[in-house]
Amino acid sequence: MAGVRYMSATRVFGKDMPPAVDGLDLDIQDGEFMVLVGPSGSGKTTALRLLAGLEPLDGGRVEIGGRDVTDVPPKDRDIAMVFQNYALYPQKTVAENMGFALKMQRVHRDERDRRVREAARLLDLDDQLLDRKPKQLSGGQRQRVAMGRAIVREPKVFLMDEPLSNLDAKLRVQTRSQIAELQRRLGITTVYVTHDQVEAMTMGNRVAVLNEGRLLQCATPRQLYDDPVNQFVAGFIGSPAMNLRTVPLTDGGARLAGRVLPLPAAVRTAAGEAGLSELVIGMRPEHLHVTDGPGELTGEVILVEDLGADALLHVRLPEGGNQVVARTEGQKPPTPGQKVTLHVQLDDVFAFHPVTGARLAG
Amino acid sequence: MTALSLRPGPRRFRQWSGRAGWAVLAWVVAIAFFIPVLWMVITAFKPESAAETWPPQFIFTPTLSEFRLAVSGMGPFLTHSVLATVGSTVLVLLLGIPAAYALSVHPVKHWRDGLFFFISTKMLPIVAAIGPLYVIALHAHLLDSIWLLIILYTAMNLPLAIWMIRSFMLEVPSELLEAARLDGAGRIREIGSVILPIVSPGLVSTALICVIFAWNELFLAINLTVTNAATLPMFLISSVPQEGLFIAHLCAAATIASVPVIVVGWIAQRSLVRGLSMGAIK
Repeated sequence: MAGVRYMSATRVFGKDMPPAVDGLDLDIQDGEFMVLVGPSGSGKTTALRLLAGLEPLDGGRVEIGGRDVTDVPPKDRDIAMVFQNYALYPQKTVAENMGFALKMQRVHRDERDRRVREAARLLDLDDQLLDRKPKQLSGGQRQRVAMGRAIVREPKVFLMDEPLSNLDAKLRVQTRSQIAELQRRLGITTVYVTHDQVEAMTMGNRVAVLNEGRLLQCATPRQLYDDPVNQFVAGFIGSPAMNLRTVPLTDGGARLAGRVLPLPAAVRTAAGEAGLSELVIGMRPEHLHVTDGPGELTGEVILVEDLGADALLHVRLPEGGNQVVARTEGQKPPTPGQKVTLHVQLDDVFAFHPVTGARLAG
Repeated sequence: MTALSLRPGPRRFRQWSGRAGWAVLAWVVAIAFFIPVLWMVITAFKPESAAETWPPQFIFTPTLSEFRLAVSGMGPFLTHSVLATVGSTVLVLLLGIPAAYALSVHPVKHWRDGLFFFISTKMLPIVAAIGPLYVIALHAHLLDSIWLLIILYTAMNLPLAIWMIRSFMLEVPSELLEAARLDGAGRIREIGSVILPIVSPGLVSTALICVIFAWNELFLAINLTVTNAATLPMFLISSVPQEGLFIAHLCAAATIASVPVIVVGWIAQRSLVRGLSMGAIK
């Protein structure tokens, strides 16, 4: 049981390249499920490999359970890792795969056997599977064996590098909840890397959003959704993505599609202080409602994506032809070509600096 | 309707005739390669009197007399060949595996230079080295010794073996090696438990190629050995008659000398194909 701490951890791959991980400061609590999320190239996997000891640090340090492990080899860090492609030893049986680390630790055969069986039971792996080779298993089973190999070690920290990305959509959703549930049960500190913001939101106690090697925000999923610190986090978290539009400022608000969208006084003040003539506003699709009464925006529906429970409307706004996505109930959605009026939940409109992307107070 | 269903006819015929053409060509090439071998085997079963007739006779009473004659003198040559081949192949693998590892999985400094050096040793014609080799062997008291052949065949096959094994090792996914590192495997375990099981088909094909090269080697053997270490190819040379033609006898000896290579190749056929195409399929 241990927490993990990154202190100004930095990793540079090439002389002329920007750092893959740039001065990462992150404090992960004991027993916490921490998700590192970001687009490809954001440095999330490198950050995980720094913790595993598979990459050396070019600056800063990494601690596990209060111990500086910067120069400790991977095997002595008391961690276990689940790889994206599972990295099961192809010539070993499932049981040998799961017990390999224990064998290296010279754990007695009986004890090894007991722990392998226990992990297999925990993961619903049949006893008959234990004698098979990885090649004879389905993708889902391989994934569970990889999990089992990590569990058997009873490590201080689990590291998971996109462990669900090779599963089909249905299995991924199912396994997602299983892993989260298992982690809660075992209470082992877990660092989980994914590019999928849905995984990040549903699994993590906290989520760290990375981009271009930098940590942008680390908070609970709810906080990330309600209170993103900048335009990148706002656009990355939430599905479908937030509608972001650069709009000119006018008295009392922002001009969008020929209408004036009123903005809170705090935002106007902040924009005024920064001397801005335009800003970026963000509206989540779920905060735009089709209405029969008066609304802030009107436009023409050009595409309807029916998801069953709800539908996504792609609406073209007049003047500039900008498009926004609105989420509406699946029952009888408008049809393409139809004119609609959208009511905007003004309390939930975000405003960002057009250059730095930083959130403007509001 | 009928017109429509008939239309693919000519195309199908073209496809068929194209395939048949390639098949015929493949057979012609294969037979062209095989005929000398077939002729050798057939002649080996002929009595000496029937071997030299022209045009060649295809109907004759097969006899094993030439084989008996060949086998009678072959004993020590065969032993030397087996010792030199097996000994050098084992040594090649023992040295080649760690060397390939140090040039691929955990590359040492200047690994490119090392790799190039290994292959550059194959560029010099062996004739150019035979003089110095002879002098060294003379002073090391290794002339006409089986140990000399084992050492030289090891040196001869090692560069190729290192290149082959290295390319197989590069195929091992890096995540597997990382998983092994996290699991606490040291270098020896990493090689023994993770890498070798995966590259084993490649090792088999490497070993097989070393066996074939060492088994067939003549130049070094004929220049550096006389009797104590003379190998099977030298026996074949000695079967080439000085006066008169004893073709059936020569063919019988050559057939016997070819059998081990053919048998080993046959047995290792599957892993040979797998090993040689290891880089091709993912």
